[in-house]
Amino acid sequence: MSAPTRHVFRSRPSAARRWETGALWVFRSSTYLVLLCGALVFGHIVFKGSHTVFTKQAPFINVPFLTEAPESLYVFEYKGEKKELGDRAFRAFKIEHPEAKDVKAESYVYSAGGIFPCIVGTVLLVVGSMIIALTLGVSAAVYLNEYAVQGRVVTAIRLAILNLAGVPSVVFGLFGLGLFVIYLDWNVSLLAGWFTLAFMVLPVVITASEESLKAVPKGFREGSLALGATKWQTIRKNVLPYALPGILTSSILGIARVAGETAPIMFTAAYVVRDKLPWQGLTSVSDFFFQGVMALPYHIYVVSSKIPQNEYTERVQYGTAFVFLMIVALIATTSIVLRNNLRNRYKW
Amino acid sequence: MVTAPMTALTTSAFAMDIGTSSATPPTARPVSTVPTPSVTAPTGTPASAGPILIDIEHVDFFYGPSQALHDINLKIEEKKVTAFIGPSGCGKSTLLRCLNRMNDLIDGTRVAKGQIKIRGVDIYERSVDVIELRKRVGMVFQKSNPFPKSIYENVTYGLRLQGRSNKADLDAVVEKSLRGAALWDEVKDRLHTSGLGLSGGQQQRLCIARAIAVEPEVILMDEPCSALDPIATVKVEELIQELRTRFTIVIVTHNMQQAARCSDKTAFFYMGKLIEYADTRAIFMNPANAQTEAYVSGRFG
Repeated sequence: MSAPTRHVFRSRPSAARRWETGALWVFRSSTYLVLLCGALVFGHIVFKGSHTVFTKQAPFINVPFLTEAPESLYVFEYKGEKKELGDRAFRAFKIEHPEAKDVKAESYVYSAGGIFPCIVGTVLLVVGSMIIALTLGVSAAVYLNEYAVQGRVVTAIRLAILNLAGVPSVVFGLFGLGLFVIYLDWNVSLLAGWFTLAFMVLPVVITASEESLKAVPKGFREGSLALGATKWQTIRKNVLPYALPGILTSSILGIARVAGETAPIMFTAAYVVRDKLPWQGLTSVSDFFFQGVMALPYHIYVVSSKIPQNEYTERVQYGTAFVFLMIVALIATTSIVLRNNLRNRYKW
Repeated sequence: MVTAPMTALTTSAFAMDIGTSSATPPTARPVSTVPTPSVTAPTGTPASAGPILIDIEHVDFFYGPSQALHDINLKIEEKKVTAFIGPSGCGKSTLLRCLNRMNDLIDGTRVAKGQIKIRGVDIYERSVDVIELRKRVGMVFQKSNPFPKSIYENVTYGLRLQGRSNKADLDAVVEKSLRGAALWDEVKDRLHTSGLGLSGGQQQRLCIARAIAVEPEVILMDEPCSALDPIATVKVEELIQELRTRFTIVIVTHNMQQAARCSDKTAFFYMGKLIEYADTRAIFMNPANAQTEAYVSGRFG
């Protein structure tokens, strides 16, 4: 390089410059730290879970794990050979080999078989509660934002909704237990779980729906009203469609929360184990709504709280967590695709 | 023709419309004190013999506690272009939005005193259905607001609200309205593309097409050209000249040349009061009021 340039625009060290550099690095490192945490958690689950979910041989997917109900696992030694068999297989084995009748086997609950009932239960819980939450939440948001006279009452309602978001999920669980399970006598049922979970995500849905309604320009409403539309016609044809992408974004957050919560369903909807699938053994339609289900997060909790922990229980836990993440990712991706389609249709 | 909107706005009152209102004397200058304005009007043709369509009588209007309009008296003639001019905040847009009750949308607004009659019906009366009113009194906004739908859907929006869904019927109205808004030739090949893909001036004409598609009697225009470039402005002004044969037009404008170019009558507002109302030529060439003269000659406002 040549001699240092001395023009008027040369950079000079100053406090502002040092702050600029410092601030940039604080922001940058914070972001990377978050990324690192996320990657560690996901990586851990994916790494350990994939051993359970994927196999080395032909279908490469552990089909029984995804399609069967949980069973106890029996581990024993037979003729110098270590065997791990699920409940049914173990009994069949004992019939086949009568001499093995008194073999000493260690048993581990739910460590064999699969998690199919939990997958079904979680999907049912998510779909039902999101339908309830979106119906109630969007209606409330439309009322608050489009119809209600803005004043103290509405402010108080908004404050109450925000406070609701801060209530711990176990309190929602107890609330559901008290109101739906006991008082309304719905028992531990899908219906009770749906409403409990829906109430839990309502604040998120209402707040986000209101924000996306607010983001729709006032001109669309005025233009429509000036053509002789009623308020509801205006909202239905010319406000809600444009707010839908934002509402869907909020519901994606809601889905992740609903699917993952354990506390609200442990008192209201979840069974530790249930041998029937939700569509089996129904005598009437209403039976469907008044049955408990197994659910992924609760299954993780149940298996994880078994003592002692060992390699057999760990397999199920990580496998379940992995499957759970995949399901949430799948539902969320569907919503995101839907949202992006809507966004492209209505651009302004 | 569609006469459905007629019914709800108290049909009986409409029945007595033109007969009585044309009997009332043509508009005068309600506030100005200088006499014989029409004599000095350079046109020599007062052109104010038309029947009165909108009759604003002693209107006081409030936004919450603050009064925006003070005792407005104004008679707007049928099939004429009436311009409201005045500096910002003078109440001209407020008055315009009273005419189709768009102010109802703002919490805490009220017409405290007086009446606004359209064809003899007080539009703030309890029995008036505001939906029917707005079907008859269309509006074009300052910021063009085509809906993020196709051009076709934009124009048919008002018709579909009325339950008209016959394809051939809608097609005909779309063509008629777009021709009426001098937009047909520019968009006829892309009726099903988004209205937001149009230029600013085209968007505003699309909004006009949307407004005339429902065949209103009155079109209110709230500074329709303030966001447009001069060429687009000229097109909209030419359009106003064509529309005046079919509709009664009330236009709010900041642009005094625009008022002078395209209106028959002009009302000058200041501080929520109607200062002067007369034939446009009289207002600009020979204003009766000193404030009006100061404003139109650019000395304030």
